Amino acid sequence: MVREFREKPYMHDLNAAILLAAQLIYTGDADLLEIIGLSIGVSLTAVLASCVIGMLLGAAIAVLKFRGRGAVTILLNSLMGLPPVVVGLGVYLLLSRAGPLGVFGLLYTPTAMIIAQTILVMPIVAALTRQVVEDFYAEYDEQLRSLGVRGRRLVTTLLWDARYSLITVALAGFGRAIAEVGAVMIVGGNIDHLTRVMTTAIALETSKGNLALALALGIILVGVSLLVNGAVASLGRRFGRSRYD
Amino acid sequence: MIKSILPLRAVELGYIANARTLLDGISLTINRGTFTVVLGPNGAGKSLLLRLLHGMLEPSTGTISWANGSSADRRRRQAMVFQRPVHLRRSVEANIVFALGALGIPRKDRSGLVQLALERAGLTAARRVHARLLSVGEQQRLSVARALAAEPDILFLDEPTASLDPVSVHRIETLLIEANARGTAIVLVTHDVSQARRVGQKIVFLHDGRINGQGPAPSFLDNPNSDVARAYLAGKIIV
Ligand SMILES: Nc1ncnc2c1ncn2[C@@H]1O[C@H](COP(=O)(O)OP(=O)(O)O)[C@@H](O)[C@H]1O
Ligand SMILES: [Mg+2]
Repeated sequence: MVREFREKPYMHDLNAAILLAAQLIYTGDADLLEIIGLSIGVSLTAVLASCVIGMLLGAAIAVLKFRGRGAVTILLNSLMGLPPVVVGLGVYLLLSRAGPLGVFGLLYTPTAMIIAQTILVMPIVAALTRQVVEDFYAEYDEQLRSLGVRGRRLVTTLLWDARYSLITVALAGFGRAIAEVGAVMIVGGNIDHLTRVMTTAIALETSKGNLALALALGIILVGVSLLVNGAVASLGRRFGRSRYD
Repeated sequence: MIKSILPLRAVELGYIANARTLLDGISLTINRGTFTVVLGPNGAGKSLLLRLLHGMLEPSTGTISWANGSSADRRRRQAMVFQRPVHLRRSVEANIVFALGALGIPRKDRSGLVQLALERAGLTAARRVHARLLSVGEQQRLSVARALAAEPDILFLDEPTASLDPVSVHRIETLLIEANARGTAIVLVTHDVSQARRVGQKIVFLHDGRINGQGPAPSFLDNPNSDVARAYLAGKIIV
């Protein structure tokens, strides 16, 4: 076994994987497309939900003065590093038949995966938004107060002016969501044609010894990430992001 | 239209921070349509005084009172131009529209006021330019245009021309003199004696957190009623 491994250098696997990846994409493999679609669908939905909650929460913490603000900030910053498997386990306990939300029967569905990834990504979006908005607020504070801007208008103004930085925040969240495997594996179960996404497929193929296929899927996953980031960057350029921001 | 929120009366204002008395015993009245220059060396407390008058900070002692209006009226009818221009990350025009919206000017009145403000400031051609792409002089002109767009009763300015070239300085001074002629009271902070001479009607000389002399502009500048002011006006370094 060991000898065989030595005789088959990594390069061989890598070449085979690249070929396989190209072939899978070129032939438009139906299973692959389904997996990619679900990956993007689940992670994009989770990021969208995270942005709605996390950006408002982050901005609110940035502009409100309340007792324990420092502690909340520290908590939020540490939640950025939540281990996906722990989040997966927590959501599993919530959604399992015996759990408090068991009646909804959500375990092993894409919805469960979205919930888990939202819990994973929301703190990242909130913590980074808090930092970004706080910096903008420091710059704008006096001018906006002079104009009588307060409350909701203050928050929306800061969020809107920070929009280009916040796109980067959303991308960071998306990167985290699309790449994680622990949470979706536990609450989704990697069921073929139902909850299988790219990362869980990679984990499965690796464990079955199909290294070339696993590696091919990995290459495609990185490609998908690149495509999403590239699309956002070019949209940003079209809508006037430039050096003065 | 409510009556002017002026006169503004400040009585015995004091400001203490970290056990340091930064302003002390400042009494001052700003009447409608006047042009007051607050003159003084760096660190005298000019910026601090302006922030107190504009309501950015609460005085430690003393009172500030306005003749008329609710607190919302007072916010709407006064404006301030800060030393460093801060513009939102949007176009020149959108910055003025935003300010009018924030001040509660009805939507239907905004575009007319924006147009007028742009014309007066000579920024009509630059209306669609991103505000942060303007030159420093233009940015400060936009600050003044934005502050004047809603025709405030009083405008505070904190060294608005401190880092500008002579042409930009002249254009801003002209904007201020014109606004003053339309009835807006101006309170301009500067450390520039020649600027005080060019635009001021009344001079308040601030030194070390106290009013150290005041009077009508030409006579005070020619013959100040305090020794420190005389030294400062003669170009001596005072400490
Ligand atoms: N908010 C503040 N808290 C504490 N000290 C301040 C504050 N604002 C100004 N100061 C201090 O008050 C003094 C006067 O400042 P400032 O009003 O900016 O002077 P000027 O505008 O005349 O140059 C300075 O010593 C400054 O450090
Ligand atoms: Mg100052």
